[in-house]
Amino acid sequence: MSPVETASRHTISVLVDNEPGILARVVGLFSGRGYNIESLTVAKTNEKENLSRITIVTAGTPMVIEQIKAQLDRLVPVHRVRDLTLEGEHVERELALVKVKGTGEKRVEALRLADVFRAKVIDAKSDSFVFEVTGASDKVDTFIGLMEGLGLIDVGRTGIVATTRGGEAI
Amino acid sequence: MKPEESATTGADLLVKALIDEEVEVVFGYPGGAVLPIYDSLFKQNRLRHILVRHEQAAVHAAEGYARSTGKVGVVLVTSGPGATNAVTGLTDALMDSIPIVCLTGQVPTHLIGNDAFQEADTTGITRPCTKHNYLVKAVGDLARTVHEAFYVARSGRPGPVVIDLPKDVLMNKHDYEAPKKPVQHKSYRPQVKPDPKKIEQAIDLIQAAKRPVFYTGGGVINSGPKASKLLAQFVHLTGFPITNTLMGLGAFPASDKQFLGMLGMHGTYEANLAMYHCDVLIDIGARFDDRITGKLSEFSPKSKKIHVDIDPSSINKNVRVDLPIVGDAAHVLEEMIRVWKARQPRIDQKAHKAWWAEIEKWRGRNCLAYKQDKETIKPQFALERLYHHIKDRDHYITTEVGQHQMWAAQFLKFEQPNHWMTSGGLGTMGYGFPAAMGVQIAHPDALVIDVAGEASIMMNIQELSTVAQYRLPVKIFILNNQYMGMVRQWQELLHGGRYSESYMESLPDFVKLAEAFGAVGLRTGNPSELDGVIQEMIKITKPVIVDVLVDKAENCFPMIPSGAAHYDMLLGPNDRAEKPISEEGMVLV
Repeated sequence: MSPVETASRHTISVLVDNEPGILARVVGLFSGRGYNIESLTVAKTNEKENLSRITIVTAGTPMVIEQIKAQLDRLVPVHRVRDLTLEGEHVERELALVKVKGTGEKRVEALRLADVFRAKVIDAKSDSFVFEVTGASDKVDTFIGLMEGLGLIDVGRTGIVATTRGGEAI
Repeated sequence: MKPEESATTGADLLVKALIDEEVEVVFGYPGGAVLPIYDSLFKQNRLRHILVRHEQAAVHAAEGYARSTGKVGVVLVTSGPGATNAVTGLTDALMDSIPIVCLTGQVPTHLIGNDAFQEADTTGITRPCTKHNYLVKAVGDLARTVHEAFYVARSGRPGPVVIDLPKDVLMNKHDYEAPKKPVQHKSYRPQVKPDPKKIEQAIDLIQAAKRPVFYTGGGVINSGPKASKLLAQFVHLTGFPITNTLMGLGAFPASDKQFLGMLGMHGTYEANLAMYHCDVLIDIGARFDDRITGKLSEFSPKSKKIHVDIDPSSINKNVRVDLPIVGDAAHVLEEMIRVWKARQPRIDQKAHKAWWAEIEKWRGRNCLAYKQDKETIKPQFALERLYHHIKDRDHYITTEVGQHQMWAAQFLKFEQPNHWMTSGGLGTMGYGFPAAMGVQIAHPDALVIDVAGEASIMMNIQELSTVAQYRLPVKIFILNNQYMGMVRQWQELLHGGRYSESYMESLPDFVKLAEAFGAVGLRTGNPSELDGVIQEMIKITKPVIVDVLVDKAENCFPMIPSGAAHYDMLLGPNDRAEKPISEEGMVLV
């Protein structure tokens, strides 16, 4: 038998029919078979053919990842399954809305850090900001971490979206 | 014709679509939500409806029908409890890859989500136990959905498909849409033809093998009778030994000298040891189930593994293989035979002779031996005698689940595919009797026997009423040991003989029970009477229950305890003391 294989993180892109129940099928597959989901995003991406794109970040041994992809591909409304992690270079982004409450020096510091992270202020009140920050997940993590000491009160994150580099479609 | 003139109700459209899909029989049970369909059925005479007594039995009957004919089995049940009762059957069909289309009623669309009377979230409940399911929200989608459902159910790796039908959809009107041929699904396209390069690589491995074994399963049977013929041809061409899984029995003739019997937990000594010691393992349509592999780290450790499967998710799921081939068994075998014949390979005769000599030595252990005395009937003896009397007749065997099922797999010989139906993956007690009804509907003149245990048969015993209604001469052959035998066996081997709740208290008098439903009941506990009783059972043209009182303490051997390796086999009652079952093994089922 093969030696103990180590788990690694994979970003998987799944193109599906935009129909009721499809998300339940995908999520049910993960829970039913004991796979984990680190991040999940879904939205309609092709109006003409009525397709949605699901981006899943999961972790597992190579055998488990292979199994996850085969199981996803087996679902009838699934058009395509691509493992971006295996297929070479790809880009991943995540967006977060970060609400910070505070006055005085902390408020100024939050604004200054937001500038460093190229976060946009999308709502401002006399004692609060909502920042929009976009980037790779670790950048978003870092920004949120920094805000914790500066009056962080609320975070909403989209989860990861991803695509391959270069001129080819998924 | 104007659309308005030709427009028909959803229920009529449905019936029309079923007829176009060449459906002949529907197994079902009516209820409020499906009344429009029952009304449409009433007005026609192309589709035959078989009224079962419980929806679970409807699905098992459809499974029996499907497995014995190769066609899609069709089920019709009402909303709510009708659908939830069907869930066990659907799961069974999913695990064993049986093509089923199950039509479920649903409350009208405007009531969905209101906790209406007999409402259940059928698509939600059946999502994990079907290959696919549909909720039809508009009558305009109905005919197309039915055609698609049949395509999905029967193509690729077959499986159950549910179509949930709200009552208003069944009553609204629309034009009929005939099935389009050939079907081109927008996202679902199973791969049936194998990659030719992989076939060449497979033959490279096969021709160089010194200790090869074929390990084949239900995929060969699902591929159709042609696949079984090709399998026999290829196995004969190579001269290699072959073993079948429980689901694969019948794909290769059991009487053939190259056949090693079934493998796995209760498989033969020779089959399991051949798996352990082989150098090339050729898996066709079998999925390395835990009943087959035993301890994974010790499973066939020295072999190169070729795995042919139509379902890519079956590959590398439990066991890592060296050469996966995605494709339909018949197509793959056809290609393998073509390449083999073209190459005319010279195989290592000396090595093969030595390999066969080793196998014959294992076979010589006679692992299925048992001792029949004059007093009590051994269950193995009952099945050997049964087989003796039916072997020259057109017969089909179904089973329930437990010891009797394993003995049936060991002691009955299956010479052709589609004649053996048993619940392999899910292990559903109560499967065999309704499945036998479905087989009998498809083959009215054949001898159809449900080999049962007295515990399993109680799980769908209400179907005696169905066989009475349709005069189905199904034979129920009960090996009655007054215990849930397999539970009792495990309690004896693993739990210190504490027979917790496995004794079957208050069993009915099966002879009188048969009579109460207009069937015939026979009973014997005497070895010398057994032949006579079996002959009488065969002669009677009505349904029969045969209550065979067998040895209560007999265990099913050989046995690979859970978590043990193939070479760690218990061959008989004296074996167990030396090999205590590990704690790791105990947590496995």
